[in-house]
Amino acid sequence: MKRLLLIVALVAAQPLWADSSLPPAYWSDRQLPNPRQEAQAEALMQQIRCLVCQGQSIADSDAELAGDMRDLVRRRIAAGEKPDAIRAWLIQRYGTWISYKPTTEPAAWPLWLAPLALLLVGAWLLRRRISMRAGQ
Amino acid sequence: MSRAVRFAPLVLLLAIIVALVWRLATPADTNVHSTLEGRPVPAFDLPAILPNKPALSSADLASGQPHLVNIFASWCVPCVTEVKVLQELKGKGVPIEGIAIRDRPADLADFLSRNGDPYERIGSDSQSQVQISLGSSGVPESFVVDGKGVVRFQQIGPIEASDVPMILSKLEQAR
Repeated sequence: MKRLLLIVALVAAQPLWADSSLPPAYWSDRQLPNPRQEAQAEALMQQIRCLVCQGQSIADSDAELAGDMRDLVRRRIAAGEKPDAIRAWLIQRYGTWISYKPTTEPAAWPLWLAPLALLLVGAWLLRRRISMRAGQ
Repeated sequence: MSRAVRFAPLVLLLAIIVALVWRLATPADTNVHSTLEGRPVPAFDLPAILPNKPALSSADLASGQPHLVNIFASWCVPCVTEVKVLQELKGKGVPIEGIAIRDRPADLADFLSRNGDPYERIGSDSQSQVQISLGSSGVPESFVVDGKGVVRFQQIGPIEASDVPMILSKLEQAR
């Protein structure tokens, strides 16, 4: 009896209602008819972070808000807006957090300078090695 | 190789461990805050969702007195308890405007009759577009908007009973 109840409970299990009951926005999972525009939208969506599943892009996320953001991106691209303008519009609201593309603001300078610094350290180590060998 | 250089990797390892333990002990704030604080509410004009409730537009917010704009939904679980706190704020004379995210009229009417209705107006944001333009990242969230329609404060997550004095003081500062 207990096992039967358990099976019934498993069969009737439903995910928690954390989502609305409205259908996804029109352009959330539909490609734009113009392939060039769709490519632009896709490239931008890969670089915009999902607010719900932080760490995923809105192109990858199944969250409803990500779907609504894809709809927003495709709608604006279809209306002729430039991807960078849409990115700037989102950054104006959510800060640079929303974009995966690093900015050139001072907070991001270490990011740009790190490869250069590592390369310099590498060159220095290599030089030391070579001069040590030569000295033997 | 000098002694200092030999111990460098160990020191580096310890530094990394200390950094990791510190971050585990004091987790980072994962909330994404709206950067709209101090700037005017973006223009919007949302349709009504219930016949007995006026619609909400950005012009309604620039009415000369501060408003509390509550982003909510009938399908949002924490919103159920938050509505009771909003009722308390309404009782203290706070005008509360609702933005219903991805909601259906029947669900919303049921939600309000069950939990109470503190809203002066409710606009229907069926595709989260106004929510995104406000820099909001989920439900529930609330914005204190001053009489000129400028965003003064963003509350992420439900307003708890213990937040009432803080919200009232934010509204007072926005006056």
